[in-house]
Amino acid sequence: MSLGDRIRNSQLWRSIFRHPPPRDHRNRVLVVLTNLILHLHPVAIPKHAVRLSFTWCMGGITFFLFLVETITGVLLMFYYRPTLQWAYHDMLALRDVVSFGGVLRNMHRWGAHAMVIAVWLHMLRVFLTGSYKPPREFNWVVGVALLVLTLLLSFTGYLLPWDQLSIWAVTVGSNMARAAPIIGSDSRFVLLGARSVGEEALNRFYVLHCVAIPLAAGFLMALHFWRIRKDGGISGPL
Amino acid sequence: MSEDRGDKPAAAPPQPAGPDAKRRGLLATMFGSWLGLGFTAFGAAHGLWAAAAARFMMPNVLAEPPNRFKVGFPGDYPPDRVETKFKERYGVWVVHGAYRGRRQIYALRSVCTHLGCITMWQAGEQRFKCPCHGSGFYSDGINFEGPAPRPLERYAIRLADEGQLEVDISRTFQEELGQWSDPASFVAV
Repeated sequence: MSLGDRIRNSQLWRSIFRHPPPRDHRNRVLVVLTNLILHLHPVAIPKHAVRLSFTWCMGGITFFLFLVETITGVLLMFYYRPTLQWAYHDMLALRDVVSFGGVLRNMHRWGAHAMVIAVWLHMLRVFLTGSYKPPREFNWVVGVALLVLTLLLSFTGYLLPWDQLSIWAVTVGSNMARAAPIIGSDSRFVLLGARSVGEEALNRFYVLHCVAIPLAAGFLMALHFWRIRKDGGISGPL
Repeated sequence: MSEDRGDKPAAAPPQPAGPDAKRRGLLATMFGSWLGLGFTAFGAAHGLWAAAAARFMMPNVLAEPPNRFKVGFPGDYPPDRVETKFKERYGVWVVHGAYRGRRQIYALRSVCTHLGCITMWQAGEQRFKCPCHGSGFYSDGINFEGPAPRPLERYAIRLADEGQLEVDISRTFQEELGQWSDPASFVAV
């Protein structure tokens, strides 16, 4: 018995992977169906529907960028304290003295820019190919909510370096919230937790950026991907 | 290592599987096809990123106080003086006391040798007292009551060039190991 067979026959391996190696058609299907990561993708897709010239892969790229932002963001959180005393200094320290800190910070920043661009292109592609039409109209609505959350992630992350650009950008942005009818000044007050941009706003934006919005976006993404399957699979060229 | 296996399409007639099925070498699997090459590059990139992330987690700059610091001149310490002003920042008492009949200035680590709480100097009773479980130590650091199993530890202390005492908290000396006779653990007066 070869080493590979011994590993594949061990109790440890068989407790994780329930099926024999994917050497025939049935087991290839089973491997995809019973694996958490692989089952996100359908077992079979029409070849013409995944042509790059048709999908641009922009939805996939957006999801990939979200994963990049999550991983780099969690790492940045190890060195960042959202307080008046430390926020700006921790950002400078990440740039100047932490090993690989500059790489991670720039990946996070440029990844955020790229994610906004990718999500717009994804929306444009879905519009141009008519993929928003019935039965997919609800998934378009979910996608619009995800677009808004992506923009809010960028907006809340903008404050965290706590330099002049951040503070005045969020001052302007929250004044725009105040321009809304009836609830305008209340929504600004809730957003900032104070009458002007200060430590309370920094803490609120930090929690929104690192916890609240990513959780909401994660839930809506699961719904978005699930609805693709339930609405008849990926839309193909007519 | 025959060429007739491995890259056949799914519809090929089934091959007899079994312990004598031919295997490809590891290197052929890793570099022998575009798919293998892709996964090899994928794995290598992940390995590099994991190493970079591990290095990222090690800080290069610490906000802690330095290991060596000056605590004044020997003349600032009259006999039986227990200086408490360095405890807050450095966790150190600088004491002019006696050990085995010799007058010395030494730096005691303020951490209790029982379970690591921070002891307090009680000037009225001339003892270090641990608030957690009641261990007590004389001003020379020797334990005499409570559960502490051994005396407080000393840090390295020396006379710096300009005549000030300098404590180095990167080295410790334990009485029960006989290390308090090391001249680096005290300054004779």
